[in-house]
Amino acid sequence: MGLFILRRVGVMILTALCLTYIVFFLTNLYPNLEKLAKTQGNFRMSDEAVASWLEKGGYLQSTPKKYAEWVGLVPSYRYTDDEGVVSGRCIDPGQSADEAPQFCGILQGNWGFSTVFKEDAGKIINERGIQTAKLMLWVLALMVPSALLVGVLAGMREGSRTDRTLSTFAITTTATPEYVSGVLLIAVFAASASPLNQWLAANDLIEGRTLFKGTATSAMENATFENFFLPVLTIALYGMGYIARMTRASMAEVMTAQYIRTARLKGVSFHNIVVKHALRNALIAPFTVIMLQIPWLLNGVVIVETLFNFKGFGWTLVQAAGNNDIELLLGVSVVSVVVVLITQLISDIGYVYLNPRISVS
Amino acid sequence: MEPLTWTGALAFLNWPLFIVGLLMVATFIVSFVVPEPTVERHVMNADGTISAQNSGLTTTVNLALTGFLMLFVLLLVAYVAGGAIMGTDAGIVGGMSQRLLPVWISLIVLFAVSFMFKGSLGLYGKLFNSAVGMIGFGIVMFWVFTGIYGAMDLIVTHDALGQVSGMKNKVPGTPLRGAEDGDYAWYLLGGDNLARDIFSRMVKGAWVVVQIAPLATLFAFMVGITLGLPAGYLDGVGLKFASVPFYIAFILLGAALVAAYYFGGLQAFAAVAVIGTGFVVFLTLASLDMVLSFLANLILAFPVILLFYLLVTPEIVLTGLPQYMAAVLFFFPIVFFAILVHSRYRTQPSKNALYLAVVLIPLVLVYISAVNAPNSKITLFNFIDLFDIPPGVLVVFVSVVFVNSPTVFRIVRGLALDIKTRDYVAAARTRGERPWYIMLWEILPNARGPLIVDFCLRIGYTTILLGTLGFFGLGLPPESPDWGSTINEGRKLLSIYMHPALPPALALLTLVLGLNLLADGLREESLRD
Repeated sequence: MGLFILRRVGVMILTALCLTYIVFFLTNLYPNLEKLAKTQGNFRMSDEAVASWLEKGGYLQSTPKKYAEWVGLVPSYRYTDDEGVVSGRCIDPGQSADEAPQFCGILQGNWGFSTVFKEDAGKIINERGIQTAKLMLWVLALMVPSALLVGVLAGMREGSRTDRTLSTFAITTTATPEYVSGVLLIAVFAASASPLNQWLAANDLIEGRTLFKGTATSAMENATFENFFLPVLTIALYGMGYIARMTRASMAEVMTAQYIRTARLKGVSFHNIVVKHALRNALIAPFTVIMLQIPWLLNGVVIVETLFNFKGFGWTLVQAAGNNDIELLLGVSVVSVVVVLITQLISDIGYVYLNPRISVS
Repeated sequence: MEPLTWTGALAFLNWPLFIVGLLMVATFIVSFVVPEPTVERHVMNADGTISAQNSGLTTTVNLALTGFLMLFVLLLVAYVAGGAIMGTDAGIVGGMSQRLLPVWISLIVLFAVSFMFKGSLGLYGKLFNSAVGMIGFGIVMFWVFTGIYGAMDLIVTHDALGQVSGMKNKVPGTPLRGAEDGDYAWYLLGGDNLARDIFSRMVKGAWVVVQIAPLATLFAFMVGITLGLPAGYLDGVGLKFASVPFYIAFILLGAALVAAYYFGGLQAFAAVAVIGTGFVVFLTLASLDMVLSFLANLILAFPVILLFYLLVTPEIVLTGLPQYMAAVLFFFPIVFFAILVHSRYRTQPSKNALYLAVVLIPLVLVYISAVNAPNSKITLFNFIDLFDIPPGVLVVFVSVVFVNSPTVFRIVRGLALDIKTRDYVAAARTRGERPWYIMLWEILPNARGPLIVDFCLRIGYTTILLGTLGFFGLGLPPESPDWGSTINEGRKLLSIYMHPALPPALALLTLVLGLNLLADGLREESLRD
């Protein structure tokens, strides 16, 4: 087991290095750098001005060298201008060049500087990440129990009316991407023009003009049911259908097993069969699916945070990518790639633990 | 001119529809309380128990439910049929129904013909035995026909890009201001933020999806199959030292180096040298499966939206990267068909040459035309460039194929791993068939069931990806009528004006739902064999 984890961690690090290098390469292509220079300097810069701006920032070195600097394996670039003032990535404003450290990459805990937010990239990722963690926590709290419930209820009597109804529901949610369900939910529950809200408001059943809020900006400080439920529901719905269908398939398979028939013939009640005999084995497969679903939630988070204007991790990704904010974007991709890889690892290990028939060797 | 109501002269049907709908829902809820209906007198449950025959109550509830459902559907058909005849006299629904008349006719003809010959149509014919499959197929074909006729300017009422003053954010059914003879006199689904007709934009959006989604999925399948079959089937190290494939790999590497130096200069040369050599070394040490699975996992570990943001920007298009990716990804169909033909007719040289020529010459021509574009990074073949793909569409297409291929690869690899243990594969091996023949002519045909099902699902997923790109304003031009972009525009004013965002959202939802139902029906029918 120890060797298995060690090997997986090795592959993980290799994957993370490859992926960050790809991000690095793409963000450092010359047209992207030119755009960065123009948004940071001014839009009417001449080609020479762009080149000198890039030269000053150390952007014109070769990509592998820049990447090594960013990781912290190579001393970082310094630029000495005509007056002899040395500036560079490692040198904070007001600090002299001699005092500043030579290396300042990810390994030294320096995530770089965000050119969009004018702040330390590590700090931004931390702050935004906490907001998104809050969102994800609620999504999982809503999605996992309801998906398992739907799946178990549907799979317990395959082909029954309950099964068909719940399966139709599950198919519909998997066919509704977040940007569609979010728009529909806002239109029904959070738009003042919606008939439901007009009826509720006319009868004084709600305080404001709408049942829910169409924006979750206020939820960053103070999350309430009113401002946070719709974004959570939007993400949860899309992920729910898939988990429910997997649970249903797993449950239906278990229900045809011989030991269930034996239990039935012994005279165990249907309720006890489902809860005590079937459920435990039926929930092994969904565990893997839930873990593997987390990376997909990341996509949902980006869409929903944009749609509901919730300034979390996904929103930061859009801002960083839209403005070619290289270091922030790298930080964001490091975090998301690590999240993806760790969930894969947990799902593999958990699967082995839960299912005694599988061994790692 | 009066603004249109939703149902116009057919408004007398609204109350019956409402009441029947209510009754239907009520009976549906009641049906959960009474015991399940069964077909036989006694029915064997999955867990070995037996349920008794239907009680009288169950039969009544079941009959009532079926009756209300049929009545409900009948009323809906009455709106559509009435609308197709009466046009805008039957309100907005009628107006739309009349515009969609060619679609209705095509659907009826298609279903009638398919039903008549369903016995001799294989899996497609069997689809018409499953209600779910038929509903799914109906919805999908509705949007396909809408897209095609929309592109032929049959259905659209106005120019999808044309703005009419005074129509900004107008509600559905608003008469066109200053309509002249020959103009369609209403904005059926209202006007959007830039005073364009929402109905026409929705119809034109269907064409964008119908054009790109199936083709992109097909390309992803070509890539996934061409790589997934050998990954699953071949054992041992990827490249044996000093074997024929080893030398081929070196020749290919050399060609790639020359191309990189020619197009991208010294830095690209160095990059390709490092990556390519590493790749070949990796292949001589590990199995092909390990190398390809690592690459597939690499792409799958990328958050899709981050990848889109990195690939689909105007700056990246300038560097020519999408074109290079297209040059690689579009090459897979050629490889696939070349191997497909060659592995089959290897022993009959004259037939082999003929078939290879027939298949490959058009493919290569299309390939060159697709990859080559004037005033871009690849202009080598300007003299035989048959058509040009707009750079925005190309980059969208390439990135969607790129994102989908690793998943297809994993599915095909899994299927190949499963099927290669079968007896008929062993028999083919004993006959002395070559590996590629076994992969393409023994394994692939036997994996077709799951692959067809996944193909349908994946078109739906591709549609969602295209919508995501539009939603973030990536790739396609901002005025493009594709559904993602229209949803994105509509959502900004959602709390005041709901009507611009809802039609494209519902269109996308129904199309993807239809594809999922179709896949479900196909799975059911293919399992029945």
